Amino acid sequence: MQSASFFDNASPNPRFTVHTQAQQAASNLVVDNLSVKYRAIDALTDVSFSVKPGRLVGIFGPNGAGKSTLIKAMLGLIPTISGKVLYQGKPLVDQLDQVAYVPQRSQIDWSYPVTVWDVVMMGRTKKTGWFQRYSSISRRLATQALERVGMIEFRDRAISDLSGGQQQRVFLARALAQQAEVFCFDEPFVGIDQKTQAIMFDVFKELTRENKLILVVNHDLGESIAHFDDLILLNKSLVASGTRQQVLTQENLEQAYGGRVVFFSEAA
Amino acid sequence: MDALIEPLQYGFMQRSLIIAILVGLICAIVGSYLIVQRLALLGDAISHSVLPGLAIAFLFGFNIFVGAFIAGVLSTVIIAWIRARSPIKEDAAMGIVFSAFFALGITLITVIQKDNKIDLNHFLFGNILGVTVSDVRDTAIIAAVILAIVFLFYKELLFYTFDSLGAQAAGLPTNLLNLGLMVLIALTIVASMKAVGVILVLSLLITPGATAYLLVKRLHHVMILGAAIGILSSISGMYLSYFYNLPSGAAIVMVASGLFFLAFLLSPRHGILTQPRSRTVPSLPLLREIRDLIPKNRQKG
Repeated sequence: MQSASFFDNASPNPRFTVHTQAQQAASNLVVDNLSVKYRAIDALTDVSFSVKPGRLVGIFGPNGAGKSTLIKAMLGLIPTISGKVLYQGKPLVDQLDQVAYVPQRSQIDWSYPVTVWDVVMMGRTKKTGWFQRYSSISRRLATQALERVGMIEFRDRAISDLSGGQQQRVFLARALAQQAEVFCFDEPFVGIDQKTQAIMFDVFKELTRENKLILVVNHDLGESIAHFDDLILLNKSLVASGTRQQVLTQENLEQAYGGRVVFFSEAA
Repeated sequence: MDALIEPLQYGFMQRSLIIAILVGLICAIVGSYLIVQRLALLGDAISHSVLPGLAIAFLFGFNIFVGAFIAGVLSTVIIAWIRARSPIKEDAAMGIVFSAFFALGITLITVIQKDNKIDLNHFLFGNILGVTVSDVRDTAIIAAVILAIVFLFYKELLFYTFDSLGAQAAGLPTNLLNLGLMVLIALTIVASMKAVGVILVLSLLITPGATAYLLVKRLHHVMILGAAIGILSSISGMYLSYFYNLPSGAAIVMVASGLFFLAFLLSPRHGILTQPRSRTVPSLPLLREIRDLIPKNRQKG
């Protein structure tokens, strides 16, 4: 295998180079003219951008900018009125088994009678298939994921007994156990402690090194913004997208946040 | 003990006992889903909505279980339809639909009652001591179907009821799972009509599961313990009904409610008496409860 890939890289054939570029483009996630309406209100209008794997991508914007709506629309969780979302050239909604999604904290009933272990195993439900029991591979993946987020000793605890940060780490473990290629996190830093935030950014970095595609909805323009490679700035429509340095201009921020932003330039 | 065994020499008591066990079992298991999804009102809506289907089936000589089931599922479809196509919220839609179905059912049964041997009260309030062999057979078949569905789709239903968006994003067919749950609820209500009646079936759906919810922390434990509590309630209620000539449905519900209240007071995890929320003010539980109603700015880290 190794010699073959060496040969491929060294190939002088220009057509081959074109081919690999096309392949790379195809492995991107492309959002094309996505629009969403809630009854008569335009929630998102003609949003287009593309993101690459191996980069930590933040979706930023003020409250009500449509950040969560964007993620949900991309995954087909809410109806859209126009637009396409392609991953590796095919509709993302047809490849949801490649996607791990962590919803906003507020959408979960934290008093539900489940243990930490039950929640992480949910990440294996789809891959396990109908009428099947969880395999030993699934149990091993769940154990590894819980170890990675430092929650293995809590595996038999009810989720209602955990702190907000611990609960968020359990959901992170569930996403890891899914063995996905595309990760979508909706406001993962709300109501969590410093330790959890550090673990989450560590895991995000690891996932980017594994060339996964990671989208994180966030609204906090504080120091943590420096962790992101690329940004998508949103306010009902796309304000800007690109690398952090490209996006974080005074002009873009004023357009998104309405000129009320004091921006810490050292983060950019 | 002899007093408990003695009535069982009668065929009708044996049939009642079987029904009591089956109904206690399936109501608690399916009701657990209603509790965790905060859909108790939906259980109430479906149970009231089965009545016209039952009456129409009786009128045309079909199996009344089938008629009741169709009406129950139809009511959930209409509720979802009103909610989707108008600004009316779900609870108002439920109120409109189930009272309309219920009114139609009462009207139909009252009309039919004049010429037929059918008693409206038995459907409203149940008559566990009057079940027939075919009732037992139908209930057993429905119970077997319900248990099979819950067992086979347990992991998918757990994911869906805990985190419906997450389940949908993972590619599970959530509309199908939701429809499956509605079917389970309608089937359970239909199977329980003869034992407790459509008005009180809500209690058997919600109360045993809610009691277990105070005591254990995993869904399947809630189901198993809830089933034990449900079976205990329906058997006790049946005997109370036999010995003291009480209405069976009401007797079953009173036992279930009494057990819930015990757990509410004494649960090791959530009990009012066993879990004093503060050590600084060792006052009466009631005073503590009132004090806890005052909002606090306690942040979970």
